Amino acid sequence: MLKFIVRRLLIMIPQLLLLSIIIFLLAKAMPGDALTGQMVANPNLDPETMEELREKLGLNDPWHEQYIRWIGNLLQGDFGISYVHNVKISDLLGNRMANTFLLGLLTLIFAYLIAIPLGIIAGRYPDSWMDKLIVGYNFVSYAIPLFVFALLMLFLFGYTLNWFPTGGSVDVQVERGTWDWYLSKLHHLILPSISAALLSTVGTIQYLRSEIIDTKLKDFVKTAKAKGTPERKVYTRHIFRNSLLPVAAFLGYDIVFILGGSIFIEQIFNYPGLGQLFVSSISQRDFSVVNILVMLFGFLSILGTLLSDIILSIVDPRIRID
Amino acid sequence: MAAPAVNGNDKEIKFEKSPSGWSIIFRELMKDKLALFSLILFFAIVIYVFVYSMNIGPDQIDRIDLKNKYSPPNSIHWLGTDYGGRDVFNQLIVGARNSLTIAIAITLITSAIGITLGLIAGYFGGLVDNIIMRIIDFILTLPTLMIIIVFVTLVPKFNVLNFILIMSAFYWVGKARLIRSKTLAERELEYVAASKTLGTPNRKIMLFQVLPNLSSIIIVNMTLNLAGNIGIETGLSYLGFGLPEGTPSLGTLISYSRNPVVMEEKIWVWLPAALLILVMMLCINFVGQALKRAADARQRLG
Repeated sequence: MLKFIVRRLLIMIPQLLLLSIIIFLLAKAMPGDALTGQMVANPNLDPETMEELREKLGLNDPWHEQYIRWIGNLLQGDFGISYVHNVKISDLLGNRMANTFLLGLLTLIFAYLIAIPLGIIAGRYPDSWMDKLIVGYNFVSYAIPLFVFALLMLFLFGYTLNWFPTGGSVDVQVERGTWDWYLSKLHHLILPSISAALLSTVGTIQYLRSEIIDTKLKDFVKTAKAKGTPERKVYTRHIFRNSLLPVAAFLGYDIVFILGGSIFIEQIFNYPGLGQLFVSSISQRDFSVVNILVMLFGFLSILGTLLSDIILSIVDPRIRID
Repeated sequence: MAAPAVNGNDKEIKFEKSPSGWSIIFRELMKDKLALFSLILFFAIVIYVFVYSMNIGPDQIDRIDLKNKYSPPNSIHWLGTDYGGRDVFNQLIVGARNSLTIAIAITLITSAIGITLGLIAGYFGGLVDNIIMRIIDFILTLPTLMIIIVFVTLVPKFNVLNFILIMSAFYWVGKARLIRSKTLAERELEYVAASKTLGTPNRKIMLFQVLPNLSSIIIVNMTLNLAGNIGIETGLSYLGFGLPEGTPSLGTLISYSRNPVVMEEKIWVWLPAALLILVMMLCINFVGQALKRAADARQRLG
């Protein structure tokens, strides 16, 4: 077990290195560097001083030296400065990171709250009308693109029915830290997270349904039934327990999916998180911020996949690669 | 990674004369009325869009008519006009044509790359397989959407062709992995061993013996991919990183809804495009599901 986890962690290192090199080279291809912001703020800077500054900042060094310095700073938590806003990137990220994290967490919670009961019902009563409805929902949620669905949700519940706010993460006039503030925050979060959650249940429902149907035919279930265990108990004690465990393994993949979707969700609901920062940074050509964000999302995706692989290997020892 | 179970494809009806692939698909569609209806509706949309768009010149889309800003649907402008007084219906048709064409192009390119690499990796195994799989594993962990957006903004002289190539560069991996796992299973069967004994060159075994046996999986996968690609392209265009200026996509029309006034009061600008995407995606997926059942003898209805 430990061997597998260590192996899997070791594979992560070259992946991250490769990712960082690609991102760094992309960054070099992007227009603008650390001095662009200063040049805009201070247009009288003469070319000679500029050149001196470049030399001092090491912008004229060969790319691998710059890369090593960049990665060194990154590891120490120094993300550099935003070329456009001329502020530290870490300051720019702070709040938004918390917002995206909150949105992701709530999406995950809603997704599991919807998926697990539906998967269990569909698996327990296959071919009933409830099952047909759930399979239908699963099918439609697989087919609809996230941004179209989120937009329709916003139009229906945000604009037409006025049940939810149509943008932002919290009302401006509410004082920070009060009870109302938290409520307003939740109110802003519900629509985006439910929209995302409704479309991220496909894998879990499908898996649970087929797993429960398969488990029903296993010998231990027949034995339990033969010795007279009540139907209810057969399900709760024997079948669900076995089928629910592997669902935990989807956690990592779900995180990756939700992260990818956050770009759309945050843009549509005008929610100030990392995804929205990414879109606005790239529109303003603020490439130092873009870099850090791609790196961050890449890191989180790799971490998410790793998480799923590890959970899966604990739950299902057959897939361990020793 | 768990190797997906070999599906029952190789166990097709053995004792009676086995029906041809097309007749199985036809029978499945006749049984599944929803899929049949979807297929007809989808082709109707496609034919209508392609034929009608031939009559629309670029000036008919770009013609700005400021007197007619945001006019609601009427007999001249079937779906009203947008912020520049341009006809929404014409934009919808041309946008649908562009989105469809691009999605088809991406599906074909990614299939070509994915099938070739998947076949090679699965058939030969060993070092080649290892190298290809490491590349695939790496691309799978990338934040694909973000990197595509970065490329789109970086490429100088960005045009439709560039966009198709950028998308294709990232979306072949899933298909390659699928084809590889199926080829791995196929490779172990007797007919491949027999062909090898007869001295058939590997290239011939791969192309004329293994590939036809995978064709049903490939068709199903391509159908579902087509829907996925329409979704990704329109999504990117919605964000403003899809088709270049002057090439309308369904996503472009939907992106007008980012203006709250348009979103709330001028729904004729963006809602038809959103609904058209929904209808097309559902149609393609219904057909895809029917094909999937036809490809797997255990699931067939007919």
